[in-house]
Amino acid sequence: MADLSSNCAGIRSPNPFWLASGPPTNCGEQVMRAFDAGWGGAVWKTIGEPIVNVSSRYSSVDWNGQRMMGLNNIELITDRPIETNMREIAEVKKRYPKHAVVASLMVESTREAWHEIVKRAEDAGADGLELNFGCPHGMSERGMGSAVGQVPEYSCMITEWVKEAARTPVLVKLTPNITDIRAVARAAKRGGADGLSAINTINSITGIDLDTLEPRPNVGGSSSHGGYCGPAVKPIALHLVEQIASDPDVGLPISGIGGVGTWRDAAEFILLGSNTVQVCTAAMHYGYRIVEDMIDGLSNWMDEKGFRTLDDFRGLTLPKIMDWKHLDLNYKIVARIHEDKCIRCDLCYIACWDGAHQCIHLSGHEKPAEVEAASRERIAVTPIPKLDNGAATVRERSVPKVDESECVGCNLCWLVCPVPGCITMEQVDNGLPPQSWAQRTGQ
Amino acid sequence: MSAAQAQGNQERFPDLHPALDSQSALAEANRCLFCFDAPCTAACPTHIDVPRFIKKIATGNMRGSAMTILDANILGLSCSRVCPVDVLCEGSCVLLKYNKKPIEIGRLQRYAMEWFYGADRSLTVAARNAASVACVGGGPASMGCAAELRRRGAAVTVFDNRELPGGLNTYGVAEYKLRAGDAQREVDLLRSMGVEFRRAEVGSDVSLEDIERDFDFVFLGIGLGAMERMAIPGEDLAGVIDALRFIERYKTLPDFNVSGRVVVIGGGNTAIDAANAARRLGANEVHLFYRRTEREMPAFSFEYDHSKVEGVQFHWLAQPAEVLGRDGHVAGVRFAEMQPGAPDASGRRAVMPTGSKFDFACEMVIPALGQSRLTELLGARGIESKAGTIVVDRPGRTSNPKYYAGGDCVNGGREVVDAVADGKRAAVAIVQEAARG
Repeated sequence: MADLSSNCAGIRSPNPFWLASGPPTNCGEQVMRAFDAGWGGAVWKTIGEPIVNVSSRYSSVDWNGQRMMGLNNIELITDRPIETNMREIAEVKKRYPKHAVVASLMVESTREAWHEIVKRAEDAGADGLELNFGCPHGMSERGMGSAVGQVPEYSCMITEWVKEAARTPVLVKLTPNITDIRAVARAAKRGGADGLSAINTINSITGIDLDTLEPRPNVGGSSSHGGYCGPAVKPIALHLVEQIASDPDVGLPISGIGGVGTWRDAAEFILLGSNTVQVCTAAMHYGYRIVEDMIDGLSNWMDEKGFRTLDDFRGLTLPKIMDWKHLDLNYKIVARIHEDKCIRCDLCYIACWDGAHQCIHLSGHEKPAEVEAASRERIAVTPIPKLDNGAATVRERSVPKVDESECVGCNLCWLVCPVPGCITMEQVDNGLPPQSWAQRTGQ
Repeated sequence: MSAAQAQGNQERFPDLHPALDSQSALAEANRCLFCFDAPCTAACPTHIDVPRFIKKIATGNMRGSAMTILDANILGLSCSRVCPVDVLCEGSCVLLKYNKKPIEIGRLQRYAMEWFYGADRSLTVAARNAASVACVGGGPASMGCAAELRRRGAAVTVFDNRELPGGLNTYGVAEYKLRAGDAQREVDLLRSMGVEFRRAEVGSDVSLEDIERDFDFVFLGIGLGAMERMAIPGEDLAGVIDALRFIERYKTLPDFNVSGRVVVIGGGNTAIDAANAARRLGANEVHLFYRRTEREMPAFSFEYDHSKVEGVQFHWLAQPAEVLGRDGHVAGVRFAEMQPGAPDASGRRAVMPTGSKFDFACEMVIPALGQSRLTELLGARGIESKAGTIVVDRPGRTSNPKYYAGGDCVNGGREVVDAVADGKRAAVAIVQEAARG
C-alpha cells in the first residue's frame, strides 16, 4: 500500500489533498468535518480585516448539460473577525494535530500589519502561512491580492516582511493574471518564500443572461469580473505549475491548484512537480466526500505503477516538456480507423474535412456537401415486411478511410471519435533519424 | 366528442410515450453525437435533419428546432407520436452499435413540436405565384402536399369527405399515440397557411371532371378503401365491427365501452391497435387470431410486444370460417385450424387447413384484414393503376400529366411519414411543372 504522506516546504500532512482557501474552509466546524472525511490539510479562508460581501457571488459555465465546468466568484476574503478565525484554528489544531492547517493571509501593505497577522496566525497554531497575492477581484482594487502579485517588487517586499516575523513555512500564492508567472515566482524566492501555491483564480466574466442582458453573477442587475476556477482551468494551471517547477531560478516546493477534482488530476500536478494539491470547486460541487476516491484512486494507481511514495513520481514528466524547437520533426504517426469498432457517426470525416487536412474519405472522394446531397436524394420508406417482401431498405454506410499518404497525424479524428479504441494513432517508420528544428537550423 | 368522453379517453389511453420535460429534453439532446450525414436523417422518409433540430434544443433555439422539423415534415407533431421510430430514425441511431440506448428522437421531436404549437405557430408561405391545385383526400399525403404547395406559392384546396379533415390521423390512430385534437392542430396550421378545406365526396358531390376543370393540377391522396370483408357467413351479425370503424368509434363517440370477450382477427398493426383498445375500453378478455404464425405476423415486433403487455392473448394458425350468432348477435367464431405449408415465391410460408375446426365463444368480433383498394374512379381519367395502387414515377406523377398521387393509394399502406414524404415530393414536382407552363 502506497504511502501518501506529504511534505510541502516543511508543512506535513497525511496525504497531499488539501482544501484550498475558499468557502469550504471558512470556519473550524467545516475544516474539522473535512478532516473527518479524509482531507490531509486545509488552507484557511483568507484572514484579514473582515470585509462585507455582496449577493449573489458565484456563477458558472455549464457545458453540454454538465454543470459547473467552470466556476467564477466575486466573494472576498473572510467576513469574520480575525480573533474568531484564530480561535478556531487553535481549536482545530488541538483536535487534529497531524493535519495541516495553513493560514491564508491578506492585509494592507505595511510591514506592521503583516508582522502582526503572521504572529497571530502562528500563535494560533497554524502549520504554515500562505500569502494571498492572487485574489483578482475586489481586494485588488484596495491594493491587495493580485495588485501585489502582479508586481514582482511588491511580492518580494511583502514576502521579506513576512519572513522577518515568520517561524513557520511561508507559501506565496501566485496569480495567473500576469504575462509571465515566473517573474513573480522568482521574486517570491528572492523574498525568502519557502514554497509556492499556484494558481489562484483567473479573471473572468462567465456569462450574460440573454433575457435581461445582465451579466452573471447578478448583483442587482450588475456584476464585476470574478475569479475563474474548476475543471475548465486545469490545463492553464498545469502549464503554469510546469513553468515554475522547471524554472532553475525558482526551485521551490509547490502546492498545485487549479481544477483538481480527482486523483487523476492530482497525479498530473504531482508529475509536474507539485508536492501537494489544493481543491476547492470540486468540494463546493460535491462536498468533502470526494476525497475518499482521491485517496483510494491515487493509492491504487501508485501500487499499480510501483510508486511507494509521492517523491517516487514527483516531477517525472517535467523533462518531457520542452521547447517546441527540440521536438522530433521526423516522428510520424497516422490515424487508423478500426472498422469493427466504428459506429458510422462520421464525425472524424467532417472534422478532418472542415477542421484538419481532408484526408478521411467515405466511399469516394466526395466533399461533405456532396455526401449530404446524395443522402437527401435517396428516397427512404418505412420498412413494411408485408409490402417489401423482406427486401432490406436500410442503407449500410461505408466506414471512413484514412488516406495515410495525406494524413499529418494531427490527432483530431481520434479526439472527436466517441468510441474508445476505434481510431488509434500509430507510428509509421519513415526511415528518418530523429531531428529537431533546433538541429535542423543549427541553433 | 364530449368533454367527458375526451376525459375518459385521456384516462383510458394515457400517452404511450409521455412528453419530455425541459430538463430531460436537454439531457437527451446533449446525448446526441451530432453525426455527420446522420443515418437517422437518411432513414426518415421526409429527411428531417435530426441532429440539427436536436442540437437546437440543446442551445435553447426552440423556434429554430421546430422550423427544422416543419421545413421537412409539416406533420412533425403527429409523426413524433405515431412514427414507428424503432424501424426508422431511432432504429438507425449509431448509438445502437455502441451498446447504448438510441437517442429518443421521437420524444425530442414532440418536445419541439409542443413548443411550436404552444407558441405563436406561424409559418411563412410564399406569395401566390404558381398553379392552383386540388388535393383529393384530407389525410397525411394531401396535407404534406398542400403545405409544400403553399410554401411555394400555389393555391390549394383539399377535398375530404369526412366531418373533420386529417384522414387516419383524425380517425384511425390509436388514442394513446395521437388524439384527434392533435391531428386538428395540424389541420389548423394548414388553414393558417392558406390551405382551403372543402367537405365533399369526390365522385358524388363533385366529380373529378369538375375538379380537373377548376384546378391546374390534382393530387390524389385518397388512401385505401374500407376494410376488407372476411367473406364468411355471419359477418353482418350485430357485434361484428371492422377495426378501423371500431377505432373511429371509440375515438369519436361518447361512452363507448366494450365488455365480455372480444375476438380480433388479423396480424397487422391495426389489429394490434384494435385489440389493445378493446382491452382498455373494458373487455374482460381480448383474443387475437392470426391464420399464420408469430413469425409471419406483419405487425411491428414492438407493437406485438406492447400488446402482450396490454394483456391481449394471441392464437396462431386459425382462420375464421363462420361468425356464430344467437338472436342476431355475435355468440362466437368458428375457426378452421391451419398448418404451415411450403414457402411461397416471396419466401413467406403459406398455410393450409388441417381440416379440423373449433368454436370460440365471444361477444364481439373485430376483423382487421387490411384495407381494400380504391381506384374505381381513376381508370376513366386515364390514370393507370396496378394491383389496386396508383402507378407513379419518382416525384409522384401519374400516367395522366394533370394528376399526381401519393400516400397509401400509391404505396399500398405504409406510415404517416411516408405519405407526407410522397405529398411533399409531388408538390415540388407540381410547382416545377407549373413554372415550365
